[in-house]
Amino acid sequence: MSTIARSLVLLLATAVAFAGLAGPAAAQNKPRYGGELVFAVPSQPPSYDGHQEETFGLIHPVAPHYNTLLRVDPFDKTGTKPAGDLAESWVIAKDGMMYTFKLRKGVKFHDGSEMTSRDVKASFDKIIFPPQGMKSSRKASYQAVEVVEAPDPHTIRFRLKWPESSFLLNLSSPWNFIYKADILAKDMRWYEKNVMGTGPFRFVEHVKGSHWVGKKNPDYWDKGKPYLDGYRALFISSSSAQVAAVRGERAHIQFRGFTPADRDSLVQALGPKITVQESPWDCVLMVALHHEKKPFDDKRFRRALTLALDRYEASKNLSKIAIVRDVAGIQVPGTPWATPPEELAKLAGYSRDVNASRAEARRLLKEMGIPEGFAFTFKNRGIPQPYEPIGIWLIDQWRQIGLTVKQEIVEASAYHPMLKRGDFEAAMDFACGFIVEPDLDLHRFATGSDANYGKHKDTVIDDLFRKQARAIDPDERRKTLRALEKRLIDEEVHVLYTLQWHRIIPHSSKVKGWTITPSHYLNNQLDTVWLSE
Amino acid sequence: MRTYLLKRFLLMFPTLFGAAALIFLLIRVIPGDVAELRLAGDSSSVSEEMLAQERARFGLDRPVWEQFATWLWGAVRLDFGQSMWTGAPIYEEVKLRFALSMQVAIMATAVAVVLAIPLGVVAALKQDTWVDYVVRVFSIAGLATPSFWLGIVFILGLLIVFKWLPPMVYTPFWVNPWQNMLQLVWPALAVGYRYSAVATRMTRSAMLEVLREDYIRTARSKGLVEKLVLSRHALKNAMLPVMTVVGIEFAFLLGGLVVTEQVFNLNGLGLLFVQAVAHRDYTLIQALVLIVAGFFILVNFAMDILYAWLDPRIRFR
Repeated sequence: MSTIARSLVLLLATAVAFAGLAGPAAAQNKPRYGGELVFAVPSQPPSYDGHQEETFGLIHPVAPHYNTLLRVDPFDKTGTKPAGDLAESWVIAKDGMMYTFKLRKGVKFHDGSEMTSRDVKASFDKIIFPPQGMKSSRKASYQAVEVVEAPDPHTIRFRLKWPESSFLLNLSSPWNFIYKADILAKDMRWYEKNVMGTGPFRFVEHVKGSHWVGKKNPDYWDKGKPYLDGYRALFISSSSAQVAAVRGERAHIQFRGFTPADRDSLVQALGPKITVQESPWDCVLMVALHHEKKPFDDKRFRRALTLALDRYEASKNLSKIAIVRDVAGIQVPGTPWATPPEELAKLAGYSRDVNASRAEARRLLKEMGIPEGFAFTFKNRGIPQPYEPIGIWLIDQWRQIGLTVKQEIVEASAYHPMLKRGDFEAAMDFACGFIVEPDLDLHRFATGSDANYGKHKDTVIDDLFRKQARAIDPDERRKTLRALEKRLIDEEVHVLYTLQWHRIIPHSSKVKGWTITPSHYLNNQLDTVWLSE
Repeated sequence: MRTYLLKRFLLMFPTLFGAAALIFLLIRVIPGDVAELRLAGDSSSVSEEMLAQERARFGLDRPVWEQFATWLWGAVRLDFGQSMWTGAPIYEEVKLRFALSMQVAIMATAVAVVLAIPLGVVAALKQDTWVDYVVRVFSIAGLATPSFWLGIVFILGLLIVFKWLPPMVYTPFWVNPWQNMLQLVWPALAVGYRYSAVATRMTRSAMLEVLREDYIRTARSKGLVEKLVLSRHALKNAMLPVMTVVGIEFAFLLGGLVVTEQVFNLNGLGLLFVQAVAHRDYTLIQALVLIVAGFFILVNFAMDILYAWLDPRIRFR
């Protein structure tokens, strides 16, 4: 065979092989209809009202019954791109003081009635301006809203008191279920015990402590969706039972996250039957330092504490045993406002040269007259992951600058009252967000905030926070955020950031159309999810 | 006999009241309350205004004595109110879980009794022979093996060897007996083995003691058939302490299956109890304590009646 002929045969064979590969691959990527998605939920919904609750135990089983005005793009791994859900399009006034949304037409509630702007207005009024005695967990996030208006059945308008850069993303909150206005008018608490939305799945049953079942909404407005016939959420509190459920193929997925050890054991046991998605997580453990107690009132001491930490080495080691990984500043890595690594390395405690940092820490302690072996107590929350490994790591790091730290574990349920009482010198603080957004993550550091447990008073931080919140220009906002970060964790060291949590979702390879995001509250509507078998 | 039983019956009420008062006060001493836990979620941030509003909703802003009196008055009328965590009536929270825990307790007791009584009797009759040694090793191993560990071994064994797991969702026996048994037989075996170990040892020692009694020697000397001596005289009397152990263990199982329920993901009373404490769900904790205490007291009362039936001396006291 001539060289040309051989080349032609080879070319033909390659083309055939590619065609063969492309066939099944394309088929695999085409959503398939049918099947019931089974997932484990480690917590349970206290009530069914998303406007009132704070737990993923509600979001995971309940979100598929509802739509929100906006949602976070279900295929965006950063979880920070707003997309229309019930809103078809929107316009933002040039001065940033008015947001006008056009609603989709033909959207029906599960009872067959049509959804209009009246329902959206009633839902947001409940969230932003709840009547006396009615709890709204996210009311504080909408302080900029002056009024919600419904000028016609398919238009909804938010007038603001001041421009707010986070407003669009804040509206994409997965908690902002759109309820029916007529029901709310009759009984504002109806949704605490009942489910009735416009979402891709209708409610079937909830057996308390056991399971939750939803079935496909055949009249869903997004034609062709959902792909699943239904879903079943199993409430499983024990993590070993959750892992066993996935391993035994009794559950396809658990949307909150597993540990690295669980991931490895599942991959080892199930091989190609398991797919692993990983992401930085909008959850972080911080160390609150009580500014009214000596020597924590001295910023040199606080600076020494952060300089002692070798975050990069910890990232390598702790990520093997705990649900933490990335070294980060005040925002989740890989998201729009995150600090670039080269800028991060300039902050106290983030230098690659840990020996120099620790020498500086020892110098500061000496300058303050802190003796070698100086002792204090670090209070930690009695939860294994990742609190305990991070606590042990902190104590070891502080030991390396001559401090003796005793760890005191406080039972998880009693932890928040302890923080609030200020009954600590140094204590683990924690925060998990539903969307990565500086306004939502950083309000806790303002003077007098309910979550400012270290009780620092810093008007510079307050001004910078306000300035970034109202900045319309992204570059200006970014600059302000960097200044706030430098002030918060470098110059004043009001608080110590440890490592960013790391979300690990090993799931059955049959589950398709679901993308991990940095928040376990996001992407739970299940309209895009399908099962390959 | 009637006076004896009446006295025992009337004693149940102050005991219940004591348990209720004690738990009511104890859970209020523990730091943290349901309002804080409901509001905090996965974040440590809770506003004071919302906290006050939530506490007022649950009546936690009222004086403790007033809260106790209101709750007690409800409990007397068998109205335990609503769970502070879910807002659902306590009755609704408890009914399915009670059925599940009761079934596991009954099945574990059956496993224990079926194993313990024959083994204990045989061990006593064959004292210091290899049969006795085997039974003793069996029961000591049972005492030393925690039920949850055995549960994990069952789960892993089933998963690794048979690639099979018991069903994750509870199906009541009356809905699908086969599915129900597939799920509950494993925890019943795990718990029943440990339970049988206690009962086996008790049966063996009680039998040994009874076999040395004068009335057994008399029965034998009268020429009574050995089978009758054992069944009619020895076993019946040896059962007194065994029944006590079985009764107490059975009552304990109703609320004491916490870890086993976690391992097998059983939606039972033990798990509900743990969740209620973790959530500081006062109304639910109080109701559960009363239910479990009431059950303990009832089982004890039943044991007293059984005792009186088994031992005439008690009847005529």
